[in-house]
Parts: sequence; structure tokens; C-alpha cells
Amino acid sequence: MTNSAETLHTVALTVNDVPREGTCVARQNLADFLRHDLHLTGTHVGCEHGVCGACTVLVDGQAVRGCLMLAVQAKGRSVTTIEGLTRSDQELGVLQEAFSQHHALQCGFCTPGILMTLVEVLQDDPDPSEMALREALSGNLCRCTGYQNIIDAALAAAAALRQNQK
Amino acid sequence: MDPRFIGQSVRRQEDDSLLRGTGKFVDDLDPHGLTHAAFLRSPVAHGRIRSIDTSFAAQVPGVIAVLTLADLRPVLTSDRLPVQFKSDGLPPNIGPYILAKEEVVYVGETVALVIAESRAIAEDAVALIDLDIEELDPVTGCQQAVQPGAPKAALDRSNNIYAQFDMGYGDVDQTFADAAHRVSLALVQHRGGAHPIEGRGVLAHPDPMSGQMTVWSSTQQAHEARGFLIELLGLDETLLRVRTPEVGGGFGAKYLLYPEEVSVTAASLLLGRPIKWIEDRREHFLAAIQERDQFWDVEAACDASGKLVGIRGTMIHDGGAYVPQGVNLAYNAATAVPGPYDLPNYKLSVQAVATNKVPTIPVRGAGYPEGTFVMERVLDALADAAGLDRIEIRRRNLIPVSAMPFSTPLKSRSGSGITYDSGDFHAMYEQALKEIDLDGFADRKAKAAQAGLLRGIGVACGIKGTGRGPYESATVRIGKSGKVTVFTGAMPMGQGLKTALSQITAESLGVDPGDITVVCGDTNTISLGLGGFASRQTVVAGSSVSVAAKAVRDQALHIAAGLFEADVGDIELVDGMARVKGTEIQTSLKELAKIAGGSPGYSLPTGVTPGLEATEYFMPTGLTYGMGVHAVELEVDAETGAVTLQRYVVVNDCGRAINPKIVVGQIHGGVVHAIGNALFEFMGYDEQAQPTTTTLADYLMPTAPEIPRIDVHLAEYPSPLNPLGVKGVGEAGCLPTAGAIVSAIENALGAKNNMIQRIPVMPQDLFQFIQQGKQSSAA
Ligand code: FES
Ligand code: FES
Repeated sequence: MTNSAETLHTVALTVNDVPREGTCVARQNLADFLRHDLHLTGTHVGCEHGVCGACTVLVDGQAVRGCLMLAVQAKGRSVTTIEGLTRSDQELGVLQEAFSQHHALQCGFCTPGILMTLVEVLQDDPDPSEMALREALSGNLCRCTGYQNIIDAALAAAAALRQNQK
Repeated sequence: MDPRFIGQSVRRQEDDSLLRGTGKFVDDLDPHGLTHAAFLRSPVAHGRIRSIDTSFAAQVPGVIAVLTLADLRPVLTSDRLPVQFKSDGLPPNIGPYILAKEEVVYVGETVALVIAESRAIAEDAVALIDLDIEELDPVTGCQQAVQPGAPKAALDRSNNIYAQFDMGYGDVDQTFADAAHRVSLALVQHRGGAHPIEGRGVLAHPDPMSGQMTVWSSTQQAHEARGFLIELLGLDETLLRVRTPEVGGGFGAKYLLYPEEVSVTAASLLLGRPIKWIEDRREHFLAAIQERDQFWDVEAACDASGKLVGIRGTMIHDGGAYVPQGVNLAYNAATAVPGPYDLPNYKLSVQAVATNKVPTIPVRGAGYPEGTFVMERVLDALADAAGLDRIEIRRRNLIPVSAMPFSTPLKSRSGSGITYDSGDFHAMYEQALKEIDLDGFADRKAKAAQAGLLRGIGVACGIKGTGRGPYESATVRIGKSGKVTVFTGAMPMGQGLKTALSQITAESLGVDPGDITVVCGDTNTISLGLGGFASRQTVVAGSSVSVAAKAVRDQALHIAAGLFEADVGDIELVDGMARVKGTEIQTSLKELAKIAGGSPGYSLPTGVTPGLEATEYFMPTGLTYGMGVHAVELEVDAETGAVTLQRYVVVNDCGRAINPKIVVGQIHGGVVHAIGNALFEFMGYDEQAQPTTTTLADYLMPTAPEIPRIDVHLAEYPSPLNPLGVKGVGEAGCLPTAGAIVSAIENALGAKNNMIQRIPVMPQDLFQFIQQGKQSSAA
């Protein structure tokens, strides 16, 4: 719901391979649009100022902070959120499974943003070093895990994905 | 019985939904008719409210109500929150106001709230409230607070002192007179906020059908929150239910009922609409509790061999505008000084004082990191003074295993004695030195020097009292569906507590832990509970669950034995079945539950009591203490003052580990939090007590590149104080961290005499030390 004084914009886009449409005011950010208008609450909001990375989603395959992009800027684009990683009737994907195996999440609040960041990282570099992964995650805050198990999960997932490629 | 599930790193039952994005946090709840709250907060640290004009704000389309304290009064029994921990000797009337009345005492204090159809509208309207404040002089620091003539942090108090007390034992002054070596230190310690990545949040949801108000809160204390809410709103337990959805971390900040939770619930009662308030990060900086500053002036003495003879001094803690949990922070810090060392004489005079900054209660570690840091700095200083190796002096002062259990003359906050219940501190210490490869350090240092880097090593120890009472609740039930469910007042905030409790239950009942449902944070499912604080839940709730599950097991065995006309000792519970050992004769727990459930009008079988369930409130007789040793190697860039952590070893006593992977994860998180406290995190205020670090770009939390691998080794010295033998680990990682890092930095710089007396250690401080060092060696 929005202030009636403000103009509403229609935003048609693809989310997790499904065409979606919603209306919002110009100032609505993408994270809030996904969460509150499209009811995809898997994307989280931890700071609303672009530092914590919890709101990270993929826009046309690239990791983007959902709190720093306006929903209207996503018109016609393809957005992937954590809900798009695995269908509800499917087993967890390789990266998600590695997160559970390596205890890479505790409260899980930062996890959606970290998973989405890593999806892009592993696409770009299938065999990243530990330091490369740490650098790649430098824009994602996690207060619970101390990062080590996240790094281990990402390394394990990368190895498993490479194996699958063979 | 061999452990089947305890001690195994079983898969966390929490993970699946969180990894799919289907786990529900408070801001994910969206009931029909939902409205949204935003708060007007004080823009000044101290002031007198002349007027609040809400008329413009109320006219904004979409605004439902603009409320001040006067508007909420019809549903409140009090204008103020109570002090939420029992604390003797505090001045009267020091609870925070639910909304400000006539005076504001910190930037961010809640003054009014707007309820609107959307959060954006509510925030817009907040900006239109006309708040006229006469600014008053703020108290900006705790040292200033106790100066004669200092302004008062709140006008209705007689001075700025919350409490002052002396702590200690022995005859320090006598022993100082003839000690071989003496040092004195002025230590300044700062710990900022908790900063869970999910901030606070609350949803008050009235149900017209039942007449019950449900308050969903991202809290560490569902039952405590309910207790205070029913008191403040004049309700009873049947009319108010507190529930927690997934909680995105807490770290202390959520172990408190805040003004926001009370005012949102009060507004919902008034308006009859569901209302949600979600804290944004700026509000977390402005209004969620912090731990803040302690100034320690201490002297210490040792004999010629480096054995401690005494520590004496003063400490002053900046409590901020309110101390909603009394003086536990200052108290814990003072009792933590002796740590795992044999300190024969100790005397500390403590003051907890008021300033015009955010209220304080414990953040992960709860004062123990500060006390620990003091002892570690003292040992470094004494080693330097006595010409001893810093690693050796610790060895000489650790409490030997032969002295276990070791009682210190101090008392914990609850009044019970402080007794270290088990552990071989020397063995753990030597293990840490071996794991960090102390013998190879000289080579690594030389290699670093070739690259122009200064490499240093530091070792520190700490010991944390865990498992605070008085009790935690647990009901274990096998329903007629056959489902095993655990209900508890314990509160997970990400630790994996549900998994751990399911393992403990599974151990007795022979079902897969993944098939057990654990219900936490719902006051309608169990009557009492204390929730998540003080590294207590696996210790206290785990013990309750263990005892209750065993009682249910006994009931099940008894019914099955009657059914099969067998001895109880011949029945085993495996895979959800009760079976006569070594035979095919078996029945399911579901059938047993049906038998125990009875049939209308028929007697239960002889000796069978109704229901397959048991409730237990385990009451620990004292805290159980887990020791930790941290060894760190780091490099300092002499050009920039940058510190790079290279190796990090932890040996920590967790008693019996229920799920080792979860235990190690807790320690990782604690260590990294405390690395933040040692090197990065600083909550700044200016001379008007205006916060200057209100974004995560200004307040630096550790990120992955700064953090080295943390090599954790669990020492498992079972606690004799609970049936599982466990010790808490939620905060353990925070304790020795800063001491080890600071010692290592000094070691890298070749510095003596405790150059570093302030944490966090900023690169600019280090740069200055390095420059001073160069000048003094040139002179
Ligand atoms: S919410 Fe977008 S970066 Fe923190
Ligand atoms: S798992 Fe809690 S913030 Fe990362």
C-alpha cells in the first residue's frame, strides 16, 4: 500500500523465471518490492544502506543490492531470488546443500544474500581460492558464523560443481 | 547406553527452510489488515519537551493515528518500564519511559509513534511532527559524569551514579608493600553494539475471535517479554501470547523488553488493528542497547618468580541513559578479572554511572571480555617488569588441575559462589601453544621481516560462567500421532538449539532427531521460561529436556513391558518402536501413546499414568565454567599500522559437546565478534552526545577478508553440575580475543610496558606508536 498522493508505476518483470507484475511508487526499492508486493520474503533487509549485503539478488545474472536499486529500474529485467534457487519440491541445490553440510548458516538472516552473491562468484570463477572467496564476500556481513564455514561451504560447492561438469 | 545422537554433528533441522528462503522472520509476517509503525525519536541527547504538535502528521493520507504517551495511557498501567533484572541498591525511578514524558535523555529515545497504512507513510508523517525541545547540557562521558558540578543525565535523579560497590578479597594493600614487581595500567575498553543482521521487530496482532493479543517479536525472551507486557498493559496470561518467528541473531540486544514493543502493543490494543514495527539499522545504532565504555585504573604486583600477589584499582562503567538490567555488566566485568589464574588478593572499586547515551545491557560476552582483558594486560605488564617471557608468566599463574574444583572467594551476580567446576587449564594451554606451533614462530617472524612486516604472537586465556539459572522449562511429549514434540522456554536466535535439543531427546527415545519437532518461543505452549542469555540454553534447557525425555522413556518402556509381558529391562526403543530386545516383538511409540491416552470410561492398564509426556525445570546449583585459550599470530605493517591476522588457534572447554559442529560454529562467531571489538568496532559520539557512527559504513563490523582461519579444538571436561556434563559456548569465543591480539601486536612491534591500553586498537593509534618508537630509538 502506498501514499495515494504518489504516482503508481506498473513494474512487469521476470522473477525466478516466472513473469510477474506489480505496482509501486517510484521510491520503492527492489528488495521491498520483492518482499512486500510480490511476497517473496526470502530476500532480507539488514541495513537499507547498501553495506550488509543481505538483500542481494541477481538481476540479469548479476548480483545487485536490492536496497540500492529501485523497483522501477527492474522493469523488463530478469530477477533471481533465493526462492528461485530450488523449487520447493526439489532437493537442495549443490551450494545450499554445502551450506548445511558445513554449518555455514546459523540464524540464516544473512544467508540469502550470501548465497546469491556466491551463485554469481561461482559462475564467474569455478575454481576460486579461499582468499578470492573472502574478497568476493567482503560486501556481505554475517554476525553469526565468523565466515569460515561459509568459505568452506563455497569451496566444497565449487569442487562439487566442477565434478558435475566433468 | 552408548550415545547414539549426542556428540554427533547431525544435520541442523533449522537449515532447510532457511536455505530455501521460506523461513519466516518477523518482517515476513503479513496478516490481513496490517498497519505499520514508525517512531519519532529524540534528536538531542538531553532536553526538556516543550510541546509535541501532531496535527500536521495526523492529516497525511494513510495515517491512522499519531500517538504520544498521553494517548497510550488509557491502556498502560505505568509510564515507565521496570528494571528488568533484580538489582539491589539502585536509585528509584530509573526505568525507561514507554514514550518520553517531559524529558528526553538520549538521542534516539522514543517520543511518539505514527501508525499508518504503510511504513513509508508512517515515516513521512514522523517527519511532520513538530517537536519543540529546550536543549539541556548532556553528560557525554562517564568520567565527566562523576565530576563535581557535572550536569545530571536525568533531572529527576539526585546524581549520575547508578551504583558503586567494592569487590575483592584478601589483603591487597599489605601484599603490595613487599611485592617484587609492581605495575600500573590505565585501560580504556569500548564495546559497541550487538548488531544482529536482523534488527529488532515486533508485530502486535489482536484476534477478535479469541480476544487474545499475540505479540510476535524478534526477541531472546518470549516469556520474560510476556511477563512485563501483561504487567504494563494490565492483562493476564490468557489475554496475551508472545511468539517468536525465526530470530536473525540477538547477541544480547534482544534480551530486553523495549519501549517499542510496549508502545506498539498498546497502540494495537487501542486501535484494534495489527501493527508492525521493524527496526532499521539506523535505529539499531540509535536505540538498541550497547555495552559501551569501561575505564580501568589498576595496579598489579607479582613476586620474583612472576606469581601474582594482587590486583587493586578502580573501574567506572558508562551505563548510558538507562541500565535496564541493573549493574550486571559492571558486576560481571569485575568478577571476571581473576579468570583462570590464581589471584590471591584482589580489590576493585566500581562505579556504574549515567550518561546521555543509549542504554546499556550486555552484548555477547556480558562484561567478561573486559575483565579478561584487564587480567591479560596485567600479566603482560608484569612479565615485562619481571623480565619474564609473556607466555611463561601465564603458565606460572594458571590454576593447576590438582586444585579443581577451584572456588574463588567471589560471588556471582545471583549471590552463589564462583567455583570452577572442572578442566585442566595447563593441558589446554600447552595444546594451544603446540597447535599454533610456537616452536616455528621465530622462523615465521624472520620470514615476515624479510618482507618488511613485523610478526608477533600473543596468547591469552579466559573463563566464562555459563548456564545461569534459576531454571529452564521443557516438556517432552509423544502425542497420539506418534510425533515427538519438545516445548521449551529456551529461545534460539540462530544457535541451532532446536537441533541440539532434538538430539538430546532422540538419545532417550530412539527416534531420529530430524523427526522431532522442537517448539520454542511460544508462551501458549509452556507456562514458564527464561530464554536466551548467559550461554545457558544447552546447559539448562538441555538438562531439562534430558530429564524429561528419560521420564517419557521410562513411561514408554513400562507400557510396552506390560503389553508384551516382558521385563522393562528387556525393552529397547529404536527407530520409533518399542521392541523386546533380540526379537521381532514390537510396537510403535504411536500405539504406546494411544494406550497412555486412554479410552473414555475405561481404566488405564495397571501402573500406567496418563499421557506419554513429562515436564522438567532443571535448576542448576551454580554456573559451570568453560576455560578458553586463544593463540594468535599477526603481522603489522610498520608503514601504515595495518594489522593482518595470520593464524588463530582456540582451545575451548565445552564440557560434553552435544553437536560438535554447532559448538565450533558458536566459537567462530564469538571470536570474530571480539576481533571486531579489538580492532574495528567503535560507536562514536560527539561532544553533544550525538552518535557519529550510524551506518555500517562508519561502524566497521568484521568482514571475511580480515578474518583468518580459526582453528578450534574442543576440550571436553564434563561439568559435574548437570546431567549432560555440558558447558555453554555462546559467548566463550569473545573472552580472550582482545588480550591475545593486543599482546601479539606489542610482540610484533617489540614493545614493552603495555603500550596499548585502549581497545579497539585503531591503525592511527598504532601508526603513532610506531612513529614514537622510531623517534625514541633515533634519540
Ligand atoms: S539491506 Fe541492502 S545492503 Fe543491507
Ligand atoms: S547466519 Fe546469522 S548473520 Fe549470518
